[in-house]
Amino acid sequence: MPRKGILIDRPYERLTRKQVELIHQASMQILTDPGLISFNREAVDILHSHGAVVESIAGDHQSWKVKIPEQLVLSAMDSAPKTVKLGARNPDNTLIMNGDEPRVYLITGSETNIWLDVDFPTYVNKADSTKEIRVPEFKPRRGTVDDLCQSAHACEHLEMVDGYIRTVNIQDRDITEDNKDVNKFFASLNNNTKHFMSGLTSLKQLDNVVRMAELIAGGKKALKDNPIISFITCLVKSPLQFVDDTTSTFIEVCRRGLPIVVSSSPQAGTTAPIKEAGIMAQINAEVLAGITLGQLVKPGTPVLYGSVPVRARMDTLGDSYGSVETSQYNIDCVQMAHFYGLPNYSTSGVCDSKIPGQQSSIERLFSDIVVTMSGPQFLHCAFGLLDCNSVFCLLQAVLDDAHFKMIKFFLRQPRIDQMELEAMLKQIREVVATPQKLYIGHIRPLLRSGEISGLYPFEGSGETDEVFELAYERMKELLAKPVEHIDKKTTARIFEEIPGILPRLNIYERES
Amino acid sequence: MPEDIISLIQENIIQGRMTKDDEGIDEEMVGQPGVTELIEKGLASGLSIKDIITKGLSGGMNIVGQKFEAGEYFIPDMLASAQAVGAAMEILEPYLAGSGVNVKGKIIVATVKDDLHDIGKNIVSILLRGAGYTVKDLGNNVDIQVIVDAVREEKPQFLGLSALLTSTMACMADVIQRLEENGLRDQVKIIVGGAPVSEEFAKSIGADGYGADGFQAVAVVEALGSDTGS
Repeated sequence: MPRKGILIDRPYERLTRKQVELIHQASMQILTDPGLISFNREAVDILHSHGAVVESIAGDHQSWKVKIPEQLVLSAMDSAPKTVKLGARNPDNTLIMNGDEPRVYLITGSETNIWLDVDFPTYVNKADSTKEIRVPEFKPRRGTVDDLCQSAHACEHLEMVDGYIRTVNIQDRDITEDNKDVNKFFASLNNNTKHFMSGLTSLKQLDNVVRMAELIAGGKKALKDNPIISFITCLVKSPLQFVDDTTSTFIEVCRRGLPIVVSSSPQAGTTAPIKEAGIMAQINAEVLAGITLGQLVKPGTPVLYGSVPVRARMDTLGDSYGSVETSQYNIDCVQMAHFYGLPNYSTSGVCDSKIPGQQSSIERLFSDIVVTMSGPQFLHCAFGLLDCNSVFCLLQAVLDDAHFKMIKFFLRQPRIDQMELEAMLKQIREVVATPQKLYIGHIRPLLRSGEISGLYPFEGSGETDEVFELAYERMKELLAKPVEHIDKKTTARIFEEIPGILPRLNIYERES
Repeated sequence: MPEDIISLIQENIIQGRMTKDDEGIDEEMVGQPGVTELIEKGLASGLSIKDIITKGLSGGMNIVGQKFEAGEYFIPDMLASAQAVGAAMEILEPYLAGSGVNVKGKIIVATVKDDLHDIGKNIVSILLRGAGYTVKDLGNNVDIQVIVDAVREEKPQFLGLSALLTSTMACMADVIQRLEENGLRDQVKIIVGGAPVSEEFAKSIGADGYGADGFQAVAVVEALGSDTGS
């Protein structure tokens, strides 16, 4: 049984059908004029052999202008699967994404450099030393492989997390470009039984991580049937450029038939027009170009329409994920993916705030609610992320989980039909006839059925705000729960066959 | 067998099932006798009134209270159990004299003049009945003279006054003053409650007690009752 996610009854749409079609037409025009610039030769050759017009730029032999005809794009859309299965170590955590069904799965990520520790020092009132308060203090530091294990462990137990994208970049001294991929894959897969998605640091490690997944899944065919890993590549650099190394990675992943996200992340105002029509026409063209390339490499490659549009901050020209336009762009992208019948990878919950607090809660909840309502199948909802994706805080992830429970409850389908209304009319007549006129007695059948939403889980007992302290306690509870690690025999084979995994990650060797 | 009926009464108090039609908490109890049917059965079997009340009703309510304290029960559960106790006490009332059971006393409750908000007062009434008090509810928007007349005629040990509005809470002071003018103030302990009411306000108008919520209201009445021997 796959995970249920959140099935949106009537998705929120910003765009009319006419506007969606206009964006599609504009994107088709962009792909031929001005077209894309590719810094990857192989992509150029593949596209050229299928009818794209290619010309070398200024004879440098390192970049080419590529014009992709509409028919090539439309035929790629036809061969791209409309349903994508993302498997999991625990089959109960499988995700089934259908481009026509607005069932939202919530996924963590993405990779941050900074891990934010939290402590609760006690402060004494200068004017009255009998008065003390505990205040959260956040301390940033470089992320490590132990942090990644801890994050994967906690996310295994966060109820609303449907899948796992690594949340922290591992920067230990013994981690190099050559062993980073195998360690981040193993640390994540060994501490989490949900679907795992990641980018690749080095293409040279692709076969090692695929082999690792085969060993865990039970072989090549087992991995094909139950793809416990998938990949995300930003092969497009906005505006409209295929990057050399990530495009190579993308092509190789497609050849192996594993699910992949074609992701584009233009910034409105700098690398895309600030106006909604402009960024939408461009990002759609960029994603379609990537999907087209993938389907030409291997028709039927399971692909997600990945969109991470963002607006620029006007004070720094950095990303402003907390801006409301960012949510608008994301919702538009969900509609575009739906137009093509493809599952969509969308983004919410990323905030500008540097630490957990009121700003963080407001920014992330705003986008979490509205983007979820639009019905993306794969919602990268930035559990625990702060400071525009550069900081991860486990405490924030615990808070996000609680907030998504509320969102899920809010988005339940209304139960209003003739039978229900007849029952309610009977109840109203009965209660109005009683001397006390209270409906309280009718609450009880619903109290324990899950039909009544719970209290905010981090509500304090007094008048002080205890949210962080209570969430911290919850975080410790989650980390104290056991995790189903990869079994001993498979772990031994992985360490035998896959070079570069840190010995300290072998829990069985550690135990002995 | 008699012990079985007592146990069933206690169990149905815990389930909050007043009659056989009530669902309770556990599934599939609909159709089985509830508290009122069991009380009738117990009376027909010649069960001791004292045992029914102390072991069956109070015993059940004690467990309900423990479950509420433990977070296992919610207020609707408490109220359902209290309502079942109240219904049981109505049936048992004619048998109380000479039963050896200490009658807890009578309380008149009312939402004061010009105030139509009576949810809190109704909940307090249910809880008081569940705690074994005889409750006479005068309703809402009750004229001062109606309250004074009821105190004179019913001779309750307690009077509970409720108001939700800052504009109507002052009427509580008027009721107390009118009771004094009629020489009735010393006959009755007065407790007040409602959203805008506070401990300080209660003291300022000369009330005997203040209940911040339904449970506290019962506790205050119990405390005042033990002071007076009611």
